[in-house]
Amino acid sequence: MGERVRFTLDGAAVEAGAGETLWEVARRRGVDVPHLCLSEARGYRPDGNCRVCMVEIEGERRLTASCIRRPEPGMVVHTQSPRASRARAMVMELLVADQPARAEAPDQEAPIWRWADRMKVSGSRFPAGARPAADPSHPAMRVRLDACIHCNLCVRACREVQVNDVIGMAQRGSQSKIVFDFDDPMGDSTCVACGECVQACPTGALMEATRVDADGTDRRLALEETHSVCPYCGVGCQITYQVADGGIVAVQGRDGPANQSRLCVKGRFGFDYVSHPDRLLRPLVRRDDAPPKGADTEVDPRAPWTHFREASWDEALDRAAAGLTRIRDRAGPGALAGFGSAKGSNEEAYLVQKLVRQGFGTNNVDHCTRLCHASSVAALLEGIGSGAVTAPFTSVAEADVVVVIGANPTENHPVAATFFKQAARRASLIVMDPRGQGLARHARHMLRFRPGTDVALLNALLHVIIDEDLYDPQFVQARTEGFDRLTAHVKAFSPEAMAPICGIDADTLRAVARKYAQAERAIIFWGMGISQHVHGTDNARCLIALALITGHIGRPGTGLHPLRGQNNVQGASDAGLVPMVYPDYQPVDTDAIRQRFELLWGRPLDQARGLTVVEIMNAIHDGAIRGLYVMGENPAMSDPDTAHARAALAELEHLVVQDLFLTETAWHADVVLPASAWPEKDGTVTNTNRQVQRGRPALPLPGAARQDWWIVQAIARRMGLDWHYDGPADVFAEMKLVMDSLDHITWERVEAESSVTYPCPAPDQPGEDIVFADRFPTPDGRGRLVPAGLVPPDESPDADFPLVLMTGRQLEHWHTGAMSRRSSVLDSLEPEAVASLSVAELARLGAEPGGRVRLATRRGSVDLTARADDAVPDGAVFVPFAFAEAAANLLTNPALDPVGKIPEFKYCAVRVEALAEPR
Amino acid sequence: MVRRHPGAGGRRGRFRPKGRAVEPKALAEVRAVLGDRPRRRDLLIEHLHLLQDRYRGLAPSHLAALADEMRLSMAEVYETATFYAHFDLLDEGERPAETTVRVCDGLSCELAGALELNSALRAAADASVRVVRAPCMGRCDRAPVAEVGHRHVDRASADAVLATVQGGERSPCVPAYRGLTAYVDDDDGYRVLNACLGGMRPFESVVEALDEAGLKGLGGAGFPTGRKWRIVRGHPGPRLLAVNADEGEPGTFKDRHFLVTDPHRFLEGVLIAAWAVEAETSYIYLRDEYPDVRELLLKEIDLIEARGLTPHTRLELRRGAGAYICGEESSMIESLEGKRGLPRHRPPYVAETGLFGRPTLVQNVETLFWVRDILEKGPSWFANYGGSAGRGLRSYSVSGRVRNPGVKVAPAGITVRELIDGHCGGMAEGHAFRAYLPGGASGGILPASLAELPLDFGELEAHDCFVGSHAVVVLSDQDDMRAVALNLMRFFEDESCGQCTPCRVGTEKAVKLMERERWDEPLLRELAEAMADASICGLGQAAANPLTSVLRHFREDVELGDG
Repeated sequence: MGERVRFTLDGAAVEAGAGETLWEVARRRGVDVPHLCLSEARGYRPDGNCRVCMVEIEGERRLTASCIRRPEPGMVVHTQSPRASRARAMVMELLVADQPARAEAPDQEAPIWRWADRMKVSGSRFPAGARPAADPSHPAMRVRLDACIHCNLCVRACREVQVNDVIGMAQRGSQSKIVFDFDDPMGDSTCVACGECVQACPTGALMEATRVDADGTDRRLALEETHSVCPYCGVGCQITYQVADGGIVAVQGRDGPANQSRLCVKGRFGFDYVSHPDRLLRPLVRRDDAPPKGADTEVDPRAPWTHFREASWDEALDRAAAGLTRIRDRAGPGALAGFGSAKGSNEEAYLVQKLVRQGFGTNNVDHCTRLCHASSVAALLEGIGSGAVTAPFTSVAEADVVVVIGANPTENHPVAATFFKQAARRASLIVMDPRGQGLARHARHMLRFRPGTDVALLNALLHVIIDEDLYDPQFVQARTEGFDRLTAHVKAFSPEAMAPICGIDADTLRAVARKYAQAERAIIFWGMGISQHVHGTDNARCLIALALITGHIGRPGTGLHPLRGQNNVQGASDAGLVPMVYPDYQPVDTDAIRQRFELLWGRPLDQARGLTVVEIMNAIHDGAIRGLYVMGENPAMSDPDTAHARAALAELEHLVVQDLFLTETAWHADVVLPASAWPEKDGTVTNTNRQVQRGRPALPLPGAARQDWWIVQAIARRMGLDWHYDGPADVFAEMKLVMDSLDHITWERVEAESSVTYPCPAPDQPGEDIVFADRFPTPDGRGRLVPAGLVPPDESPDADFPLVLMTGRQLEHWHTGAMSRRSSVLDSLEPEAVASLSVAELARLGAEPGGRVRLATRRGSVDLTARADDAVPDGAVFVPFAFAEAAANLLTNPALDPVGKIPEFKYCAVRVEALAEPR
Repeated sequence: MVRRHPGAGGRRGRFRPKGRAVEPKALAEVRAVLGDRPRRRDLLIEHLHLLQDRYRGLAPSHLAALADEMRLSMAEVYETATFYAHFDLLDEGERPAETTVRVCDGLSCELAGALELNSALRAAADASVRVVRAPCMGRCDRAPVAEVGHRHVDRASADAVLATVQGGERSPCVPAYRGLTAYVDDDDGYRVLNACLGGMRPFESVVEALDEAGLKGLGGAGFPTGRKWRIVRGHPGPRLLAVNADEGEPGTFKDRHFLVTDPHRFLEGVLIAAWAVEAETSYIYLRDEYPDVRELLLKEIDLIEARGLTPHTRLELRRGAGAYICGEESSMIESLEGKRGLPRHRPPYVAETGLFGRPTLVQNVETLFWVRDILEKGPSWFANYGGSAGRGLRSYSVSGRVRNPGVKVAPAGITVRELIDGHCGGMAEGHAFRAYLPGGASGGILPASLAELPLDFGELEAHDCFVGSHAVVVLSDQDDMRAVALNLMRFFEDESCGQCTPCRVGTEKAVKLMERERWDEPLLRELAEAMADASICGLGQAAANPLTSVLRHFREDVELGDG
């Protein structure tokens, strides 16, 4: 391998590159050899089973499958010999014999039909075999095995590419059959509906339900395609919207750097929220005769006329701006605040923070990053001078040891998880989380430690690495400071001392510490299990220390990677939607920096750091903040102790909400502005890998809805600002003036390349995936080791509230559910709020799986359905926070991490009772 | 009323995580059956056997628990379990049959009335007995054959089978054989092995002797054995040995014959081969149709290990599960890895990238059986066996319409005429020689007019036939060649692994076309050509041989036309 091979192809002397197959060489030379079981998508190995690509090699008794055969020196290959052509046509005729009639086929333009046309195989002389019945059990996909050719692409898609391991090829010979688990209906199986199989199928045997009619027959829609980025999580999958008759019909994975054509259920099937009947189509203003606002106000999104009336854009904008202006002028800039969104574009985020700083005159601007990774970012800025990841998650492919802690990627970053599962075939995967999870089956070590004991666990690992001299002395000496302090600190944290605290035995702690330290390349990923604690910053400090003392940073296959939540939480933070910093994390309280922005924005700016999300809510209660502008956020669902947050919203003198739907936050609004959904937007977003990617509009705006950038500008102008942006490209150009991180990344370049990573060294070079090879962007260039002590959770179980409540997300739903619960497939897959408890815990409570339970904390109570799930440890209950009818955040504790100001969503004391009430 | 949530509220949520749940009771049962055995993936088939032996069938709850316990996906367990004919998958809540009777429907058994036996048993047996057909059981010299549990009934009648069912015996009957003491004390057994291990027989001299003897792979491929040993040893270690004891070619029973009569001569060959290629582990993949052989090998392997005859390699006896394709070496390797037996694409060859990706020597039972004798008696003993001027010695499994069927050790290149007359006591009473299968189901069919062809590697290819595993099935004037060809094509349809189109679909379509009154000759010929040219492995490539043989030699037995 590695050498070029000279051989003869169809009479011509040719050369094959390393690893190139005969089929690839032929295609390169313009010869299209038929293929069905071969996918050209990345990550699919050839399998050579369908045999429609047979070619003849001189001197060999049999024909050979060109898709899997590599040339050897001197080989003489004929792709067009009569014998090879006969065999290919016969194979195609055999396959067509068992296909449904083309007019009844699920996909009449599928590769099998296109190749049959080209090979002039119009029918079959063979009698048809048995016709399996269709399986309509899944809400997103239709299975028609009568169109299956057993090419195995769906098995490879499910097992090798996505590593979801649901599809198999059962039985044998002519009885061979694609099965889900134990030949279960797809909808009853462990299928996670990533749809990779649908994307891979060359016949339409597996199809998006939206593309076929009730019988599973092709609707023959004329599809227009638009390339964009997925609107859900921070992975940043590139997608292609397929649109017909003004609506999105399907979404396909595109070969982006973060997803390599893979998608998850949300990205592929969660798109019809944009056309949900609840969608806001006209501006609304609060009726003069509306009932008084209160924490318990509820408004039906489809019948809001009790509280709101429609208004023209002019009226709504005038009212929105006038209210804000009035408060600013009367009570001062500090009486205003704004929330931007990590769901919008970079340009929109930039404009919102500029509006608040330049127009409102305050730094009270924040967004939901406060609720997910604020503590991680704080620790990273302190430790290595940068809050972003040091390596993309695709770097796992080069790692020997992969640590995933406090994250559940198969649910929350499903496409990133596919890379982790693939890496686990070769590398040692170490998963640490109190809850069991999908990665566990692939892990060498699964450490289910006691909730809230992260620092004990991680300090024990640091102890072993230092105590056993497994650290990298050269790296420590050259690149870090604070090692002696750390060494002294972790002395007391021996595995033996920590085992009873964290619940992991000392031998395992030692084994894991050694494995991580002794790896050639090790990388750490974490999620909100680390960050959402009152000791979230400490948790992250420990992880940073692990990487720094072992030198597992700055090289391929190493690094620190907080898996970012929202699709644009990285970009929104970079753009300055943070109360302490301007764009690119430039502190607002550094005079020189502030003066630069004052010069640029033409007015004096607030000198003090602003308030954070939860602090803003508290300031409203205190009467300090009277007016709030919310663009695309839903604090009435996402804030801890939601009753408190909703009471704050109700107390506001003036609330402007700009969103797609009448969210729980909008119930309390004075003005509601109908905004643009992602598939209608033009703009850039930045994913967890620091990849700046381009979203493009696939749909027109519905009704009177407007682009968010337009709405922000309209408010700004009405507040007296002289803004004249013609579109996001103008905004991006301005951002480049204040953000060095965007050097060499232009609007045109992102348009042309769809994705550019920052930092980027030159206009004609790719961005840097791996950063900090030589120095950290700290004042002295060194990484800072910060010891962390044991801090207990703010609220511990007691006799009244004996269990631990953990909140989080689930695969099918996004955050507060505003989008995902209005997506028919996602709603159908996870239709109601559930509380997951272990089988043993349910038995102790006297509750049945499927029965109703009541969860109560010191802050509130909700009723929901019990789910038996042994992934949840005994003594704990897990509730996703997407469900308005049982809002988990009514229960959560608003106690904050002192540094990151992030609430402790992952731990509070709860009481669970079984309810007699029938469902 | 205010709708408090944006969902449609049309469905109830799931009470459990997606898909089947692992039942604690089933998990406990699976753990009890597996004991402290490793949970490695390559042991999946072994573990499925243990479960089926214990519960007489494989319940979905047990399979889900097994997947969980072995950290495999349910799909991986299910596809392996359903691939092999001997695993009986139960439906949800289904109770397994008390007794399973398998009736061999190999050609020799069918000639001897297996179909009638099968019908008679189905009619006579009560509900507790499940009667199923099964492919060749390797007892073609005692046709027809049935198996009650693991107890075989030779020359079976319905009455004899039912008597066995009644009698309650389900375990195999192990015939008398030459045991370790007799082999060592009376026959100088394991001296050659010890000479090799002790450095008295250098590797080079051993392979030279095999070269000179002309020993070839007697599983059917005929690849020179000495050359193979050199090739495998030339690849960087660690290396492995995989012994193919999965003789499934219908009509073949020679390996079984050697295993049940003189197992230590075979085992000595195994250990010498393991020494020669420095195999860390030597796997013996034994077909599940030979439970008697399994029983005796387990016992004898224990004995030789106890005697310290295996210091250089670890012997591991593995159990097939009813799949002809696993006689193909790369399929066997897949099966040893616990997967479905799908043949691999070549290159790379298994000698370089075999079991677990390691260089692997794959050798048939009989090939290894002769190694000791060749090294002891000298290469010319084998090469000139029966004065045959260097062709060597062969073991022909002869069955069908002859008076005395059985394994006939004879000089290579003997003709079928000489086999029938000289070794089998002539044709069976009332039968006139009409045709023969020179190499089991896949070797094609030759007419009596070609009875003088030498039966050896490379001699029959001009007639679109091959000798393969030397399984000779003799047919007579009372046999319908169309029915014979259909029996064989149905066998291939059943046994096709399903991986490639020409074989999976081709065999199924061929059966349908051959079942028709009239055969569509042009279409069948086109199909046969594509199957031979485009199939991945020998099964599909040879599956059409009986069909083309009938079209070539026995056109009078079929009606030709448009189907």
